[in-house]
Amino acid sequence: MPKVTIDGHSIEVAEGTTILNAARQIGGDCVPPAMCYYSKLDVSGGKCRTCLVEVTKGSEKDPRPMPKLVASCSTPIMDGMEVGNKTSAKVLDARKGVVEFLLINHPLDCPVCDQAGECDLQNLAYEHGASGTRYEEDRRTFDKIDIGANIQLHMTRCILCYRCVNTADQLTEKRVHGVLNRGDASEIGTYIESSIDNEFSGNVIDVCPVGALTDRTARFKSRVWFLNPMNAHRNCDKCSGETVAWMFGDEIYRITGRKDQYGEVKEFICNTCRFDTKDLAKWTIEGPRHIERDSVIGQGHYELTPSDSTKELKK
Amino acid sequence: MGQKLLLDTVHIENIQTYEGYAKQGGYQAIAKVLKSMSPEEVLEEVKKSGLRGRGGAGFPTGMKWSFIAKPEGVPRYLLCNADESEPGTFKDRYLMEKNPHLLIEGMIVSSFALGCHTSYIYIRGEFMWILHILEKAIAEAYAKGWLGKNIKGSGYDLDLYVSPGAGAYICGEETALIESLEGKRGNPRIKPPFPAIKGLWQSPTVVNNVETLASVVPIINRGGEEYAKIGIGRSTGTKLISACGNVNKPGVYEIELGISVEEFLYSDEYCGGIKGGKRLKACVPGGSSVPILPHYLVTKTAAGEQRLMSYESLSDGGFATGSMLGSGGFIVFDEDQCVVRNTWNFTRFYHHESCGQCSPCREGTGWMEKVLHRIENGHGHMHDLDLLWDVQRKIEGNTICPLGDAAAWPVAAALRHFREEFEWHIKEPIKCLKGNYGLVNEPALAV
Repeated sequence: MPKVTIDGHSIEVAEGTTILNAARQIGGDCVPPAMCYYSKLDVSGGKCRTCLVEVTKGSEKDPRPMPKLVASCSTPIMDGMEVGNKTSAKVLDARKGVVEFLLINHPLDCPVCDQAGECDLQNLAYEHGASGTRYEEDRRTFDKIDIGANIQLHMTRCILCYRCVNTADQLTEKRVHGVLNRGDASEIGTYIESSIDNEFSGNVIDVCPVGALTDRTARFKSRVWFLNPMNAHRNCDKCSGETVAWMFGDEIYRITGRKDQYGEVKEFICNTCRFDTKDLAKWTIEGPRHIERDSVIGQGHYELTPSDSTKELKK
Repeated sequence: MGQKLLLDTVHIENIQTYEGYAKQGGYQAIAKVLKSMSPEEVLEEVKKSGLRGRGGAGFPTGMKWSFIAKPEGVPRYLLCNADESEPGTFKDRYLMEKNPHLLIEGMIVSSFALGCHTSYIYIRGEFMWILHILEKAIAEAYAKGWLGKNIKGSGYDLDLYVSPGAGAYICGEETALIESLEGKRGNPRIKPPFPAIKGLWQSPTVVNNVETLASVVPIINRGGEEYAKIGIGRSTGTKLISACGNVNKPGVYEIELGISVEEFLYSDEYCGGIKGGKRLKACVPGGSSVPILPHYLVTKTAAGEQRLMSYESLSDGGFATGSMLGSGGFIVFDEDQCVVRNTWNFTRFYHHESCGQCSPCREGTGWMEKVLHRIENGHGHMHDLDLLWDVQRKIEGNTICPLGDAAAWPVAAALRHFREEFEWHIKEPIKCLKGNYGLVNEPALAV
């Protein structure tokens, strides 16, 4: 099996694996951030350019470095490849640039945005962004659009990752989602609201890395960090029924898919589970969902009992 | 007087028709190929000729053809990129308008060499009248048996179609062209896979410029080695240059690669000097995407050598003191033109034409345009210049397709060579609205 070295960590992976997926197999700090790549989608990636990495050695056969930074989500590894991510100054500089580009037209309305606290762009900006802006002009704005009864599109916040477009392409036969216009005037086309009647259309909310697509049944109900995410399941004839119920006391505020540490859902869930089943009696609660330690949701940490915390401290 | 291989017959009145073209020795190349040559031999001739892509990048055509994958049972496609929309470039339009059969013959020969049985000319939507010219010419070629099944009894089949785009610059990028031809939104694809492996309808595909494919005809007629004798070094053959701007005789000229820039700019055979006897301020030698050269670097390289119209000489000195031959859009500025305004205008074009797929290009081009617009209108700050430099640097090389680079290079070059003019705009916000800065000074050579 071909061997690849990322930031000094070596791993053997299957032929055709991308650099990003090889890095995810290693885990830790050498994983590049990804705003548009989504492993559960057949087509995605290559667009946001946050996952750019430097290939310092092409392969064992052809050790020349690649002339430009490459998108790690769409570049397959070669045997003997050496990649710089966090250790490459060029990569960090370019990534800082990309974050700045993503933010110049972003409204930064985090205080009123439902995604705040579980937003990929927030995390990315926290890690790679600058503290101030150099952009003096007006930011682009759009009107909010309701896509059906349950989803709202707030195009102003969109970073055009195309994940929702690819999701819609994958889930439905008829194309109900696409991109209109060009350049920085591009917008996610919703076509006709009523045509999004697919039973899995709600997943575009889960795949959205920012707050551009939000759940209308849960909008403005609560900040995510005040809610307790619980693994829950029910018998569903459409999907696996395995979800996360975001609860406040005995009340379910919101249902989402189960996301891993890269913000990707394990499985797509159906609209019935997501929007229409908010009654606690219909769910079997399995227990608290593991939340990454650095997540803002983990601030009101309920998972550790006091004795657990002392154990953590002693380590 | 340099020899002409592509434009030698355009002055003949009925050259657009089959009869006119055939009378001037047309369709001899394909007749020769079908009679006595194998596809490998055609490829070998093209390799020997040293022909390089005429669309801008200058990649050797023979090498590009040899990269095409040849899996069993999968069709291959040849696409002609006639989506010429770069500001300053209008050579393909002239060639197709005046001599459509030359392109068609070139495509038949090239398709034969590549083993394609279906080929397409992807033409820019605004060139609708040229589409009609080409379709008429193709119909004539079908009628005379040069296209269709079993061409002239050789057993080789070829169908040729013309397909118009909707008028987007980005569709001149080869993978965006393929997407557009497939009927999708013209977004460039993420590479790899490259079109030579998976292109149109996931089949191996070669995309060539109009002029490149037309040049195949004289290569076959004369032989590759004979063709390679024209030109200088690795820049062989002739090249169409579309001269525009402040010159006495703007237009499309066919030059032998290797004539001096000075001759091209000032001789009566070509541009005929700067209009109104004014002084040269700057020149963009290869279409809007390539770096702009200040007056002291146009006819001479930084090393003091004469600059020639060739791929190597124009890029001598890299981007620090050189430029590129590009697609041959030769734009000349006299002393009364404003480089800041021109840079803003180019950037406005790239902002408008960015497809919006990848973030650096989508956001960066718009940002640069806004900053340049501010400077041009007397609202700039000194820190804007550093900002512009930083933004272009972060776009370049970080995008999916070369449009990002094409947007960044003109800004970088203008800042590099014309910084004092930019600073003047910021320091003199009233004057810059009324007048122009004039020539920039040649920097003193570093000792």
